[in-house]
Amino acid sequence: MAETSMAGAARTPFNLTVSNWFMLACLIALAVVPVIIHVTGNAFWLDIATRLVVLSIAAVSLNLILGFGGMVSFGHAAYLGIGAYAVGIPTYHALFGEFDAIATNSGFFHVVLAVALSALFALITGAICLRTKGVYFIMITMAFGQMIFYLFVSLETYGADDGLVITSRSEIPGINTSNPLAFYFICYGSLLAALYLVHRIVNSRFGMVIQGAKGNEDRMRSLGYNTYIYRLAAYVISGTICGYAGALLGNFTSFISPEMMDWAASGELMFMVILGGSSSIFGPVIGAAVFLLLEQVLSSFTIHWTLPFGIILILTVLFVKGGISGLLERLGGRDG
Amino acid sequence: MDASLVLIQFLNGMQLGVLLFLLASGLTLTFGIMDFVNLAHGSLYMVGAFFCASITVWTGSFFWGLLLALPCTAVVGLAVELIVIRNLYARDHLDHVLATFGLILVFDKLAELIWGAEGISVPLPAWLDGQVTILPDIVFPTFRLVIILGGLMVVAGLYWLVSHTRLGMLIRAGASNRTMVGALGIDIQTLFTAVFALGAVLAGLAGMLIAPITEASIGMGNEIIITAFVVIIVGGIGSMKGAFVAALLIGLIDTLGRSFLDDLFKLVMSTEAAETSAPAISAMLIYIIMAIILAIRPQGLFPPKVR
Repeated sequence: MAETSMAGAARTPFNLTVSNWFMLACLIALAVVPVIIHVTGNAFWLDIATRLVVLSIAAVSLNLILGFGGMVSFGHAAYLGIGAYAVGIPTYHALFGEFDAIATNSGFFHVVLAVALSALFALITGAICLRTKGVYFIMITMAFGQMIFYLFVSLETYGADDGLVITSRSEIPGINTSNPLAFYFICYGSLLAALYLVHRIVNSRFGMVIQGAKGNEDRMRSLGYNTYIYRLAAYVISGTICGYAGALLGNFTSFISPEMMDWAASGELMFMVILGGSSSIFGPVIGAAVFLLLEQVLSSFTIHWTLPFGIILILTVLFVKGGISGLLERLGGRDG
Repeated sequence: MDASLVLIQFLNGMQLGVLLFLLASGLTLTFGIMDFVNLAHGSLYMVGAFFCASITVWTGSFFWGLLLALPCTAVVGLAVELIVIRNLYARDHLDHVLATFGLILVFDKLAELIWGAEGISVPLPAWLDGQVTILPDIVFPTFRLVIILGGLMVVAGLYWLVSHTRLGMLIRAGASNRTMVGALGIDIQTLFTAVFALGAVLAGLAGMLIAPITEASIGMGNEIIITAFVVIIVGGIGSMKGAFVAALLIGLIDTLGRSFLDDLFKLVMSTEAAETSAPAISAMLIYIIMAIILAIRPQGLFPPKVR
């Protein structure tokens, strides 16, 4: 699976015709369509678009370590939760008092807190997780994700498993964040930034080492690279981006609960990455879009939508290799 | 902290440990022999509980429920292996994880459609429903004691199976070198199927034993399966001995931590600080223990010798 895509041009997405045009079209659509939706007053679909963009950031961040680094993290939703609570807890205290040091509605503070806590959590857990490989790594990241889940379940002050209502969005000077379209474009801008960042990382010397270590760790070691440090750095970067996405998600949903960092949520993020294709930077965005679309379409047919959804997931794993962007790539290969 | 409470919580911890072993043994078997990660193992636990519940309600006897639910769970395990799992052995772990994650969604929803969203409670016969006096002034629920003893009997049976029978010999051989076992003329595919069904029965049994205490409910396996993962990580993936030691260890630490951590904290900090921090810490305790053990021994306590 990895071999063909490695050799392909997916590594540097700006010279691949079909996939590139597709990506450009998607990004333009993501910039234009929400404006139309907003003007025509279709608030529901603007909500979907916002959720899509935020989850895309999370999936893109996961793909940095999963697709390019070969680190299958099953606890990535923990960062979404950390980011969301980094918004929720200061806002809670700004409203109800106590803990004056963190009680604020400042968006700048929220983002710094979300990013710092995610980085710290990624650094501590990554240092332990990355000592292990393969299936151990999958299970340990999952266990640490559950650890954070249970931590927030036990925090009675912040609603425990009933969750926490965020009464007002983070305040950013000069921008009205409660305007849905303005908030959408903050998220959209963040997605562009995240895609660019991951693109630069993947194509840098650092990114080459990460990908090399995925292919053959011993070889990278014998070339003199301390792969552990490189991997840890990638792991922390990935968690940090996802924590930022969590801050956006917390703002967006205005209701946060430990459920958003449950292992099912981590599984959904992984599914987005695999569905879209883990060997391209843009793949996870397609995956997130298809995921949300599936969710909407299936749940409009039946309240038991997770049944067909689960079956589709199994069939995807069994029969669709390389995800949707893999299909596009093969299409592009035939053209050229 | 009086001594009788400690003893009771110790027994509760043992009971959790025994259940965790029943789950973890199946996980560690499938991983050890087939190199397969099965997230949906907890679904078989749930399926076992529901079979037991509905048969118990139908026949009016918990024993018939237990006896008939075992082969039913085995059949479900076989079906899952034949339809989905079999096609995944040659894939990487990521595919295992995703496909079995999909299986969880399917199982949870099917169980809800078949048995309803509410959950079914399992009535116990009168002689199991009471309490026994284990020491003067200390009583303990009879059924929990039965779980511990029954679980330990299964442990003994499993030990006999793995170390003294032909199937066990094949299992051990398969764990050290799958290809060689196949080359010696053993039908490896059938062995895989048998082992998977065995794991399914063990998980189902755990579900059947817990059902009278908690009732059979949708998604009941999804919580305990993570703890079972912690058990096999701590014990060393693929090791039965590791799974047994780690299951009891994790069961005891989790139960005792939840009961006594606040008392312990009160010795070193103010009552208020202890009461706010203890629930959070005890919720995370087994993960912290796991992290410490892995920091020292990344392969777990009893890593299998050949992999």
